[in-house]
Amino acid sequence: MSEGIGARVLRKEDKRFITGNGKYTDDVTNHGQCYAAFVRSPHAHANVKSIDKSTAEKMMGVEGVFDGHQLTADGIGNIICGWAVNSKDGSPMNMGAWSALATNKVRYVGDAVAVVIADSPSNAKSAAEAVGVEYEVLSSVTNAAKALENGVEQIHPEAPNNLIFDWEIGEKDPTEVAIAGAAHVTEMTITNNRVSPNPMEPRSAVATFDASEDHYTLYTTSQNPHVARLVLSAFYQVAPEHKLRVIAPDVGGGFGAKIYIYPEEIVCLWASMKTKRSVKWTADRTEAFLTDAHGRDHVSTARMGFDANNKIVGFAVDTIANLGAYMSLFSSSVPTYLYATLLSGQYNIENIHCNVRTVYTNTTPVDAYRGAGRPEACFLIERMMETAARELGVDPAELRRANFVCEFPHQTPVIMAYDSGDFEANLEASMKASDYKGFETRRAEAASRGKLRGIGMSSYIEACGIAPSAAVGSLGAGVGLWESAEVRVNPVGTLEVLTGSHSHGQGHETTFAQLISDRFGLPSDNVQIVHGDTDKVQFGMGTYGSRSGAVGMSAIVKALDKVEAKAKKIAAHMLEADEGDIVIENGEVKVAGTDKTLGWHEVCLGAYTAHNLPEGMEPGLKEGAFYDPSNFTFPAGCYICEVEIDPDTGTVEIVQFVASDDFGTIINPMIVEGQVHGGIAQGVGQALLEEAVYDDNGQLLTGSYMDYTMPRADNLPSYTVSHETTICPGNPLGIKGCGEAGAIGSPPAVINAITNAIGNNDISMPATPSKVWAAIQATQSKQAAE
Amino acid sequence: MYNTNYHRASSVKDAVATMGKSDDGKFVSGGQTLIPTMKQRLAAPSDLIDLRHVDSMKGIAVKGNQVTIGAGTTHAEVNASKELRKACPSICDLAGHIGDPHVRNMGTIGGSIANNDPAADYPAAMMALGAQIVTDKRTIDADDFFTGMFDTALEEDEIITSVTFTAPAKGAYSKFPNPASRYAMAGVFVSQGDSGVRVAVTGAGSDGVFRHGEMEAALASNWDSSAIAECNIDADDLLSDLHGDNSYRANLVKVMAKRAVEAAG
Repeated sequence: MSEGIGARVLRKEDKRFITGNGKYTDDVTNHGQCYAAFVRSPHAHANVKSIDKSTAEKMMGVEGVFDGHQLTADGIGNIICGWAVNSKDGSPMNMGAWSALATNKVRYVGDAVAVVIADSPSNAKSAAEAVGVEYEVLSSVTNAAKALENGVEQIHPEAPNNLIFDWEIGEKDPTEVAIAGAAHVTEMTITNNRVSPNPMEPRSAVATFDASEDHYTLYTTSQNPHVARLVLSAFYQVAPEHKLRVIAPDVGGGFGAKIYIYPEEIVCLWASMKTKRSVKWTADRTEAFLTDAHGRDHVSTARMGFDANNKIVGFAVDTIANLGAYMSLFSSSVPTYLYATLLSGQYNIENIHCNVRTVYTNTTPVDAYRGAGRPEACFLIERMMETAARELGVDPAELRRANFVCEFPHQTPVIMAYDSGDFEANLEASMKASDYKGFETRRAEAASRGKLRGIGMSSYIEACGIAPSAAVGSLGAGVGLWESAEVRVNPVGTLEVLTGSHSHGQGHETTFAQLISDRFGLPSDNVQIVHGDTDKVQFGMGTYGSRSGAVGMSAIVKALDKVEAKAKKIAAHMLEADEGDIVIENGEVKVAGTDKTLGWHEVCLGAYTAHNLPEGMEPGLKEGAFYDPSNFTFPAGCYICEVEIDPDTGTVEIVQFVASDDFGTIINPMIVEGQVHGGIAQGVGQALLEEAVYDDNGQLLTGSYMDYTMPRADNLPSYTVSHETTICPGNPLGIKGCGEAGAIGSPPAVINAITNAIGNNDISMPATPSKVWAAIQATQSKQAAE
Repeated sequence: MYNTNYHRASSVKDAVATMGKSDDGKFVSGGQTLIPTMKQRLAAPSDLIDLRHVDSMKGIAVKGNQVTIGAGTTHAEVNASKELRKACPSICDLAGHIGDPHVRNMGTIGGSIANNDPAADYPAAMMALGAQIVTDKRTIDADDFFTGMFDTALEEDEIITSVTFTAPAKGAYSKFPNPASRYAMAGVFVSQGDSGVRVAVTGAGSDGVFRHGEMEAALASNWDSSAIAECNIDADDLLSDLHGDNSYRANLVKVMAKRAVEAAG
C-alpha cells in the first residue's frame, strides 16, 4: 500500500500516546529537582506595598523565595510584544512594562509576585501561602470599551486612557461614500467572546542550570522552542543562545497558548541559577485558566452597504480589542494583520475600512488562539451576510454567490492577494451534502415534534502559510516566518528529517514521513522525524497559523530536492550513465529505459564510503534548506449547520454539520479530517458553550470546569466532511493548510442556524440554553404585541 | 493537598470513636466532593475517617414496597439493583445519571445526602419519596434533614447508616444539567403514593432543596402535567449565576416538573 501523498497512513505517534508512553515536560525528572510555586495576585489591580518572605524562607524544604526586585536586579528583562503596530497617526504602540514577577503593581488576578522553590510541590505551595504580600487595592476594569472611558483607572503609565494603539486599514472616505450611496445597509454590533485555550496538557517547565558548564537546559511546553530560546536570550537576558538549550518534547495540545514565553519559564530558568537546583513547575488547571493567554474578546460595529443588485459596495468596521493586562508576544498582530486583512471574506468588495483600537484591561493577556483574528473576521462577515440576506429577502446562499470572488489572483483592498480558490464549488458541495433544498421539509417535521429547526451557513476564508518574511517584516513583525529542514540520509539508506516545525497533536511524524515515501518509494517506517530540540534542529520558527504544511513541508521538499540531486549524481557515476536518465522509485535507483539498477541503500552507502564518487564531490548525503513563502495561502470553504432547539429550555442540538473545505493538496486525508473535526469542536465550543467570564472586581468566574463549559462528545454531531480542491500555486506541494479552518468557519454557521430557528437575530456567543430561551421569550412577546 | 491522617473504620462505632479523638476530623465515603476540595487546598481536615469498609452500611433491601438503602451504597449499585428497579425505578434512573461513571462507582448515597450540595440529585429524591434518614443516633424525616445549602440536621459525629422509604405508586426525576458541571441546574422529583403527592426541587433553590406546595396541590387534584401549567414558581427564591438567572431557573423548574410527571405516567 502506498504511503505517499494522499495515503491514509495511521499515525505513527499514536502508539506511544495511546499506551501512555508519551514523554511530556512534566515526565522529566532530574536529580535533586525542586519545585516552583508562584505567589499570585488575588486582586485584579493593586499596588504592591510590601512582600514579606521571612516566614516562607524558614519553612520545611524551602530552597529560596524570590521576588521581582531580585529578578530585575539580576538583569532579567521585561516580557515584550514581538510585533510593532503603529497607530494611524504614526505613533508607536503604547506598550507597558511586564516583569516576569511584578514589582510595584499587579494588573490581573493571577499576576505573579513571587516564587518559592522547595523540595516538593506541597512544601512549595505551603510556603507560597506563607509569603505575606501587602496590597493597596485599586479600582479595576475588565471590559475594553469601558477601559477607554475617561476617568477609568490607568493600568499602565505608558498607555493613556488604556489605549495601546488606534490603527486602521483600508480607505475610510471612499468606503463611507459607498455606504452612504448604498441601496441597503446592514448594521450590526457583534461581540466575539473571550475564551480560554484549554490544552489537555497544562503548561510546564523544567529548568536546569549547570554551573560547571555555565549552561542552561529548559524543557518546556512550547509550539516553537527556537523562538522561545531566541526571546529568552535576546530580550529577557536569561542566557546567551549558545548557553541555552530549549527542548519541547511531546506537547499535549497548544492551540496558540504555547507559542508565547510566559513569566514561569523565565523564572524557572533564573531560579535554577539562583538555587543551583533543577526547578520544575507544572500549572494546575486553575493556573491554566488564570494565566494561559486567552483568545478573541472583540466588540465591533459594522456596516455593510449593498447596491440594488445586492452587490456589496462597502464594508466599514470599528473594532475594540481587549488585549488584557499585558501585551503578549504576538498580541498586537492578532486584531490587526491577522484580522482586518481578512475582512473581504470570499467576496468582491471594492471599499473596506476597518479601525481597531486595542486596549489594556485588568484581565489575563489575550493572544492568538486557534485561528487568531481570522475567526473574528469570519464571524463578523458571515453574520453580516446572513443578516443582510434576511433583510433583503434573498436566499443567503444566493447573496453569497452573487458576491463571490471568481477570478484569481484577486487583490482585496486590505492587503491580501488571494491566489486560488473555487468558492462556488465549496458552496455547491455543502448545499448538496446537507440537502439544503429539503430543509423546509425537515423544519416542518421538527415542528411536529415541538422543536425549532434552523439552518445556517458560513463561507469562510483564512490566510495561512504564515508568512513571507519580508512582508511581515514590513508590517512590524520582529521575526521572519520562514521554516527550515535538514534531511540526513544514513549510510544504510534510512533517513532522519530535522524540522523546525513542532508537532503538538498535528501528526507530523506521520505526514512528514509520507513526503519521503512519496519521493523515493521508501516505507515511512524508514524515516524518523526529529523536532523540538534546539540542540538537534538547526533553527525553526515552529508551528502555528496552519503553517507546518505550507511552510514546514516546503522546506523539507527543498532539502529533498538537494538530496535527490546529489543521489542521482552519485548513481549516475556508479552506473556510468547520464545524470538526467536516473530515476528513483520504489526504493530503487535506475537508469531509465535500461535494466541498470542500484538499491537506494547502495547509493547511500556509496555516498558514505566515498570509494567511488564523482570528481570533487564531498562525501555524505545530508542537505538542509530554508524556505521562505512567497505569499500567504488561502484555505477556504463552506460550512452548513442545522440545529434543533427545545423551546422550553433553550437547549440547542446540532443535528447536522457539513463541511466542504479547499486545503489545496492533502498529504494524509485522515489527519486532515481529524484537524477539521477538532477545529469544528472548538468552533462549536465557542459558539455554544465556552466563555471566560469576569465579575465586576476582575475575578475570573470561569476558573474551573465546574463553570467553564468545554465541548464534550455529546455536544457534537457526526460531521460530514469533504474537499473541493484547488492547488495552491505558491508552494511546491500546493498546500494551503488545515489546522484552523474548523475553528474559523464554524461559529457563524452555528449562530446563523440558531437565529434562523428562533426568528431572533439578537444572540451572542456562547448561545447557552438560558440565552436562547430568553431570546425565544423575547420573540414570542414581540409577536404577541404585534 | 495538606497532610491529613487516614483511618479505615471497621464499624460505625469505631468510626465515631475515631472521630472523637480527632482535632478536626471528617468522615469520608466515596470522597467525590471532599477529596477534590482537599486537593485544591480548600479543605484541610486533620483526620479522614473512611466509611467505605463498614459492611453494615452497604446493600439494598426491598420488602414489598419498603426500601432500605445502606448509606455506603454507590450510585452505580443503586442504578443496577434489579429488585430496587422493580419497586422504585425512579431512584435507579436518578442514580444512573449522577456525574460520570467514575463518580457513580465511588460516590455513595449517604455521602451525597450528608454533603447536601444544593445541586445534588439525591436530596430531591429523599424529599419527594418522604424518606427517613437513619443515623447511628436517630431517624430523621427528610423534610427535617435538609436545613440549607450544604447544611443538614446531622451533628458533627453523627453518621448516616441508611435511608428508608416506601416506594411510591408513581415517581420520576427530571433534571436540566448545568452545561459545564452537569450538576442539576433544576432537578425535580415527583411522586404519587400512599402519602400523597410530593414535588421536590434541587439545583434551583437559593437555600438548597425544597418542596413546592402549589405544584403538589395541583397534581394531587389532577395527576397530569397540564395541571401545573398555571402554578407560580417564585423566582425570588431561586439562584442566579452565569449559567442562568432566576427567571430561567423558574422556567426550568416548571418544565422539569412537567417532564417528570409525564415520565412517571
